[in-house]
Amino acid sequence: MNHHPAAWGQPLTAHQQFDMYSTNPMGMSAPRSAHSHGPVQNTQWPLVTGTSVIGIKYEGGVMLAADNLASYGSLARFRDIERLHALGTHTILGVAGDMSDFQYLKKELDGLLREEETLTLTDAHPPLSPNNLYTFLANLFYARRNKINPLWNACLVGGWDFKKDESFLGYVDLLGTTYTAPTLATGFGAHIAQPLLREAYEAKAGVDLEGRPGADGRLLTAEEAEAVIDDCMKVLYYRDARSINKYQVARVTKDGVSISESKSSETEWMYAEGLRGYGGQTQ
Amino acid sequence: MALFAASAQQEAVAAPIQHRFDPYEDNGGTILSIAGADFSVIAGDTRQSQGYNIQTRYARKVWQLTDKVVLATNGFAADGANFVKKVKQRLEWYENAHQKQMSIKSIARMIQTMLYAKRFFPYYVYNILGGIEEDGTGAVYSFDPVGSYEREACRAAGAAQSLIQPFLDNQIYFRNQTFPADQPKPIPGNLPLGTVLGLVIDSFTSATERHIEVGDGLEMYVVMAKGRAVDDLTSKGALPEGVVVEELGPLGEGGGERTFLVRRTLKRD
Repeated sequence: MNHHPAAWGQPLTAHQQFDMYSTNPMGMSAPRSAHSHGPVQNTQWPLVTGTSVIGIKYEGGVMLAADNLASYGSLARFRDIERLHALGTHTILGVAGDMSDFQYLKKELDGLLREEETLTLTDAHPPLSPNNLYTFLANLFYARRNKINPLWNACLVGGWDFKKDESFLGYVDLLGTTYTAPTLATGFGAHIAQPLLREAYEAKAGVDLEGRPGADGRLLTAEEAEAVIDDCMKVLYYRDARSINKYQVARVTKDGVSISESKSSETEWMYAEGLRGYGGQTQ
Repeated sequence: MALFAASAQQEAVAAPIQHRFDPYEDNGGTILSIAGADFSVIAGDTRQSQGYNIQTRYARKVWQLTDKVVLATNGFAADGANFVKKVKQRLEWYENAHQKQMSIKSIARMIQTMLYAKRFFPYYVYNILGGIEEDGTGAVYSFDPVGSYEREACRAAGAAQSLIQPFLDNQIYFRNQTFPADQPKPIPGNLPLGTVLGLVIDSFTSATERHIEVGDGLEMYVVMAKGRAVDDLTSKGALPEGVVVEELGPLGEGGGERTFLVRRTLKRD
């Protein structure tokens, strides 16, 4: 807040009111200097953010999970945000990164889907497949990065591909970088959850000729997949300071999308008297 | 002078700290192409990484463009994928306009203009184009990100270029090899297919050992000139253990050239 006598009695701008205690990144405002004059600056940073999204393919479907927190810097600002969003009947979108960009994405995609739905009413018009929606997102993200005005997100797209009769799982981020894999994780989850997901997946499915997991073709069951997802969300809650112990799990199968109610992990915070393997213990 | 230096320094300190958006990323991996007298091998590993993270163990870097041309891309994966998409679109337009597929030397020139068109916001992609020239010889064209290109006998690019290219200089261009007076130095680009595939596999297995961004899987596209016998690729025992060959059907009407996809695993650690 501006305490200078000249500012007394002056109305505060909305941002100044919001910036009372300069909690990071609240103190950040558009830099004003000789450097910021001139051409239009799209350069931005994420403000209200969601942390990791994780995903894994299993027998007959794909599973995504994300917690319910939208952080404002280190402040756990919004604690009941849904970061998993169904796109039509057989696709699910999980989003990390800037939540306002996510809201824009939802609006854009829901508009596209509604437009497509009207076409299916009058014509033999096929619905948008998970792959179609993924390609749309990849093109959107890449086009925005080409304008140096990115959508500050990392997304997972899960779905059921009726053409191939198998599940779909893909990643796309603010640079337009895309890739698919049987297990995926964004952000901190790429460090913490991805190794656990890969281990569980490959233990059952094996590895094929191109180093691709899944040679044996035996995938995890839905119960096994949910167990490893629950484990990952617990470890992420223990280790990721921008996470919360409240998350949702979404599944896509042949029969459609289902998003669970929010749930919590059982955690243990007792003094770790018997724990060995960390710090200075010698035995 | 000192006065100017001091003010310049102060300006640097006063400049605002900005979260500058960097539109580029290096996704690792390596590509390699070697030309023979009547064939061409275009290879790439399948790992895609970002820093110390492996994003996926299978992402394609080598693309069949026509019945006799294959393109390998390396660098920033998003640029690579979108560049290949545009190249394929231009090739489709050409085929519709001229009722024939574009020749490799024309594709090479087209790629130059497409890359240079983005000279001031470049595609961060190193391209290697391999295939069969109109005279039936094996060809390799290599590009830098802004379109400078040349035809060569071999080229490695990407994360392990500095590991593989010196090996190729020695084995393909016979650099630092001495030959007896009665035996002239061989002309590069005439090695048999078995030898070339052996060199490609050794290059990638070695690069996998010494470079963290290389590994997981290896895809080698082999383009054979029209009328060339293919038994040195397809006959039993022609290739080492663990290597699998698959013939890719012609994309167009097929002019007699044949393309094969040869695959094997690389270490995953």
